Amino acid sequence: MTSDAQPIGGPLFTRTFNILAAVGAAGVLLILWRFLVGLGASTALSDGYPLGLWIALDVVTGTALACGGYGMALVVYIFNRGKYHPLIRPAILTSALGYTMAGASVAIDLGRPWNMWKIPLYVRNWNLNSALLEVALCIMAYVAVLWIELSPAFLEKFRDGGPPLLRRFATRSLPVLEKALPWIIALGMLLPTMHQSSLGSLMLLAGPKLHPLWNTPFLPLLFLVTCLAMGYSMVVFESVFSSAVFGRKAETPMLIPLQRIAVWTGLGFVMFRFVDLAWRGQLPLVTRLDLRGIAFWIETLLWILPAVLLAVSRRTDLGSLFRGAICIALAGSLYRFDTFLVGYEPGPGWHYFPSVPELFMSLGLIAIEIAAYIAIVKRFPILGGMRARS
Amino acid sequence: MDTTRRTLFRTLAAAATMSVLPSAAEARERRVAPNDAVGLLYDTTLCIGCKACVVACKAANNMPADVDGYGGGIYDAPEGLNGTTKNVIQLYREGDRSSYVKKQCMHCVDPACVGACMLGALQKGPYGIVAYDPAKCVGCRYCEAVCPFNVPKFEWAKTAPKIVKCELCRHRIAKGKQPACSEVCPRGAVIYGKYTDLLDEAHQRLERDPGKYVPKVYGEREVGGTQVLYLSHVPFEKLGFRFHDEQAVPHVQQTVQHGVYQGFAAPVALYALLGAVMFRNRRGGSDDQ
Repeated sequence: MTSDAQPIGGPLFTRTFNILAAVGAAGVLLILWRFLVGLGASTALSDGYPLGLWIALDVVTGTALACGGYGMALVVYIFNRGKYHPLIRPAILTSALGYTMAGASVAIDLGRPWNMWKIPLYVRNWNLNSALLEVALCIMAYVAVLWIELSPAFLEKFRDGGPPLLRRFATRSLPVLEKALPWIIALGMLLPTMHQSSLGSLMLLAGPKLHPLWNTPFLPLLFLVTCLAMGYSMVVFESVFSSAVFGRKAETPMLIPLQRIAVWTGLGFVMFRFVDLAWRGQLPLVTRLDLRGIAFWIETLLWILPAVLLAVSRRTDLGSLFRGAICIALAGSLYRFDTFLVGYEPGPGWHYFPSVPELFMSLGLIAIEIAAYIAIVKRFPILGGMRARS
Repeated sequence: MDTTRRTLFRTLAAAATMSVLPSAAEARERRVAPNDAVGLLYDTTLCIGCKACVVACKAANNMPADVDGYGGGIYDAPEGLNGTTKNVIQLYREGDRSSYVKKQCMHCVDPACVGACMLGALQKGPYGIVAYDPAKCVGCRYCEAVCPFNVPKFEWAKTAPKIVKCELCRHRIAKGKQPACSEVCPRGAVIYGKYTDLLDEAHQRLERDPGKYVPKVYGEREVGGTQVLYLSHVPFEKLGFRFHDEQAVPHVQQTVQHGVYQGFAAPVALYALLGAVMFRNRRGGSDDQ
């Protein structure tokens, strides 16, 4: 995976970076506090809503938004469109950061995290019926795979001017890695296919407690499809964002086809959903405009809106491309969030709204993720293909 | 590098392990209670709401008092099942119709929690009792999310929390005793016994006094069957039993999951396919250049 990517350079401690770092630090302090006082005192979680913001947002939604690496790998390596290669590294970086943060969220969310190491090692105790086991193993493996996929970016930098020891290590390991990478990249496409669909299977087991607007045996398929649409949209979002923030030439010609994939996937998703609702005899539910009906329609409109934007805008209109990408990312996020929280009905008397510390722990992790992205693209060869505007 | 390689190796080893295990992809059959299954039969028409069972349960399981409920911090008066309460008596009242109802784990024949649990911290053990082993529990609380009866509870106040649920006093049963709740019940409103005997007894009571009960033994078929059975004089929905589908909760998820994975053959095949396509593309050069 040789690349003509270049570090962006420039000062690291900008105002934005410092604010992100401060929010991140606050999050880390809150996380330490959470381990001192326990989950009851630090969160709004309850026996009725045992899975809350951290699972629904950071893990279920966050990993899907981090599927740009998965989606781009499919385009470049399976559908063999080499011209998209410059988009791979930033996408893999976002994926690696997103999945790492999801892993961190899980560790914070678990009541007994000191038993976590047993999940991959207690092979004889594995419950092969458990979709959660599969999700856990896949995500653990995928985090490792993503950082390996990204490692050439770090090794190239060290090879071209690191401390002698690192330089020697980089020079020796890069050719080995080059040979191994195809197998790792293939694993990097298999694992998300498995766990992104299994994230949907998770709520299949909560079946009776899941509102019929979301409860379908096709949940795994719908989850897989949404993560791809969200992944492509995030690649578009990030590319437009990076070009604006770092003053780089926009990669518009590459982004339009990606956004088009996302939009068509979204439209297919919406159509499939209505057919599925009709097949299950639940179609009348969409006319009931209670909280869940409204949530369903917001999702649906957000999926459709980008198609309108794409149809009416001029080909090079970066703004509507950007807005369309945000719509898709939001649509998929809401769909997943609703499946885990809004559509989840534990019974009368239970309510959930995340506590302030819960929100700030999530916010802190997201801030760290963005700060790390900025730091890494400035210092390591991630963004490439297009030269910066002078 | 070393750790990542080990993780990778572990994943591949895992894939291999999973692929040699017998495929569970065949249509999922309805589970039946094990031959040695035991359970409880609770009859709302006999319960007087004395809560002796609640007290006895706490004593038998060393559970602390729950003073957060009624009584202003003086009484152990749990409002429902929680991190300190494995068994509770609740009251339903609507006009002049009322009923007590006892809540504890239903010990499902085909439990959702057992299907959810990653390392089998929750498992159906001897006598069909759904038992908990904290050593294998990571505290993910997925069991709570999937239980159709909202039975498993979490010790939210603790920094080393466990899942709390009725285990049918399996420590007492192992010593030849019966569960504390049924032992102390002064009216025989909850009785302990062999699952099949309890089912017979329930049907006899229905036959003997058809006007007295809703004509149904809750748990005989519901959500795939439960080893704790209920007879009631008020509709079961009123007592908080929301689900009446006879299909076991894990049925759909496990049918879909195993149908897709085919005993892990499908992921292996997909990996081979992805690898082959990449190999071909590498040699042939990119399609758009």
